[in-house]
Amino acid sequence: MSIKRTLLTTAVGFGCAITSASVVSADEITIATVNNADMITMQELAPAWEEATGNTINWVVLEENVLRQRTTTDIATGGGSFDIMFIGAYETPIWGAKGWLTPLDDFADDADYNLDDIFQLVRNGLSADGSLYAVPLYSETSFTFYRTDLFEAAGVEVPTEQISYTEFAEMAAALHDPDNGIYGTCQRGKAGWGENMAFVGTLANAFGARWFDEDWQPQLDSPEWNAAVTYYVDLMTASGPPGASANGHNENRALFKDGKCATWVDATSAAGDVRNPATSTVADVTDFFKAPMQATNKGTGWFWSWALAIPASSQKTDAAKDFLKWATSQEYFEMVGETKGWVAVPSGTRQSIEEDARRVEAAPFAPAVVDAILSVDPADPTLLPVPYTGVQFVAIEEFQGIGNYVGQQVAAALAGQSTVEEALANSQTFAVREMTRAGYIE
Amino acid sequence: MARAVSTRTKVTNTAIAGTLGFMMFFPILWILVLSFKTEEDAIRAPLEVLFSSDWSLDSFAAVQARSDYFKHFMNSVIIAGGSTLAGLIIAVPAAWAMAFVPAKRTKDVLMWMLSTKMLPPVGVLIPIYLLFRDTGLLDTRIGLVGVLMMINLPIIIWMLYTYFKEIPGEILEAARMDGASLREEIIYVLTPMAIPGIASTLLLNVILAWNEAFWTLNLTAAKAAPLTAFIASYSSPEGLFYAKLSAASIMAIAPILIMGWFSQKQLVRGLTFGAVK
Repeated sequence: MSIKRTLLTTAVGFGCAITSASVVSADEITIATVNNADMITMQELAPAWEEATGNTINWVVLEENVLRQRTTTDIATGGGSFDIMFIGAYETPIWGAKGWLTPLDDFADDADYNLDDIFQLVRNGLSADGSLYAVPLYSETSFTFYRTDLFEAAGVEVPTEQISYTEFAEMAAALHDPDNGIYGTCQRGKAGWGENMAFVGTLANAFGARWFDEDWQPQLDSPEWNAAVTYYVDLMTASGPPGASANGHNENRALFKDGKCATWVDATSAAGDVRNPATSTVADVTDFFKAPMQATNKGTGWFWSWALAIPASSQKTDAAKDFLKWATSQEYFEMVGETKGWVAVPSGTRQSIEEDARRVEAAPFAPAVVDAILSVDPADPTLLPVPYTGVQFVAIEEFQGIGNYVGQQVAAALAGQSTVEEALANSQTFAVREMTRAGYIE
Repeated sequence: MARAVSTRTKVTNTAIAGTLGFMMFFPILWILVLSFKTEEDAIRAPLEVLFSSDWSLDSFAAVQARSDYFKHFMNSVIIAGGSTLAGLIIAVPAAWAMAFVPAKRTKDVLMWMLSTKMLPPVGVLIPIYLLFRDTGLLDTRIGLVGVLMMINLPIIIWMLYTYFKEIPGEILEAARMDGASLREEIIYVLTPMAIPGIASTLLLNVILAWNEAFWTLNLTAAKAAPLTAFIASYSSPEGLFYAKLSAASIMAIAPILIMGWFSQKQLVRGLTFGAVK
């Protein structure tokens, strides 16, 4: 064989090797996610990551409850259908502790990623047994949205300190003007642990109620729960919109943006949308104050974070980790700010972003949101000690079923289909049965 | 002799039937209306939606830009069509056997098959998911064709059995006396006579498979997801997506509505086949 031919063969072989290596290194990853504005933005910006890495993404977008059921089935059976899942602060510690998620502790070693820039509280909420199992896209608590113009017209003083729920009810009654299509307050009524129980859970905390005592005995028939749910039903009956038991976050957000609600205690993540003149009719006349308290100020604002995690069954961990770093990096948030506006940047995740002058200028409420998020302590959510973590939820597997059932009972009481006493008695019976079955109590 | 019906009764019956028909059709009509609105307009009060807001194709454009409609559509066609055809291939001989050469336990077998439809699907989700995982069928069209075929098989067999029972056995006997084999008897004698029944069975099962949302959502991810997954991707408890959800729904149901519209005569004929002797 001539030298020329040998060199040619070697060159061709080398070229083929490089080509095949580049083909092998390009991965196709599948991401399961919910359909919300932040994730749609991520879908729109993701081609930048695809171009930079050569990898491709298959997006599986599902409604939140369907996504939860779908991802739970897949992860529990090790199906391996997804390489990245968009999950919440409720699932992450439970699934992480079971070994269903890939630990992300090595993110701390990447100086460019700067894991410490992500708020400690949020990282704690996405960890189990000291390991980080998901990285947050955004975090939220709850606070009170209110209409400055309606407060002024009704002569109601805007609170500067955290008020009590008793004062809040008086305020809502003074602002209630159904003849002119204005309701004193709009709160979640649609049944579900992530719907009405998010608000009712924090309300119960404020009244000093707890889901379980230190021995995991359900406490739903306690006087505190009764006082909280009675207050909720009375408040909504006196100052709420008609058919409130059908209204979830979405419906209330639409009502508020349409100028129908004087007050609304809900997710801080809705602030950008409500204050956006392009999407809201009340952008210029909306401001915020803390969610009210009652017997205690603990657990009066919830804590939630939507985050990205990698199932342990994924075969493409390296590509998935690379995407997670990109999608929750400082550069990504800046890219969102530059392309979608700084008011639309996912909130409550990175300190550097929240302190960025461009963010503060575009979203003057951002510091208040961050303060509210950082004031939450999921480990100490109510007046009395509890054996669980979580403010508006209890971070145990059984809570999903119990929370949904209690949500249905509370919605029935709000709709007038049962009394508060009946609703709570049924809830207690159900919770005792479920906790007994699960082995928490005998 | 036809019974005389007064004009008043006719008008009343027509009005009741029209009202009921409109009530049944109204949700689809409202989805159609919302699909031509912007997200902000779609959440207004019904009268405002109709008269005070603009009409636009923005939602359709947004859905088309975000999702690969054609891929989902093709998956639906293959899954619904494939499962129905596979079901028919198995069900025609099975229904023939049960209708013309019944055994002692044929009725029991028919009832047992129907009873499998009474099982809540979620009860067998995990076993089937594990089977799919171990056989590599997760997120494949062939896997869904198999599952939907098996799920709809009892209905296909029952429907065909009912139609075949209406056909006089003597005709098949005559074919046999003329020297027709079993295969020729089914293909050249039985099938042509049962065409209306087979057609309506086919149409009904295509519709059932097209609309099936439990298995198609749970056993697919990105590659084999049909139009049910396409619709589900626009449902959200957070944010406003009513107009896009409506547009996605219209795009998903349009093919099956058009198919149903053109074949309604055949469908009704098949469903009422044998009702009047």
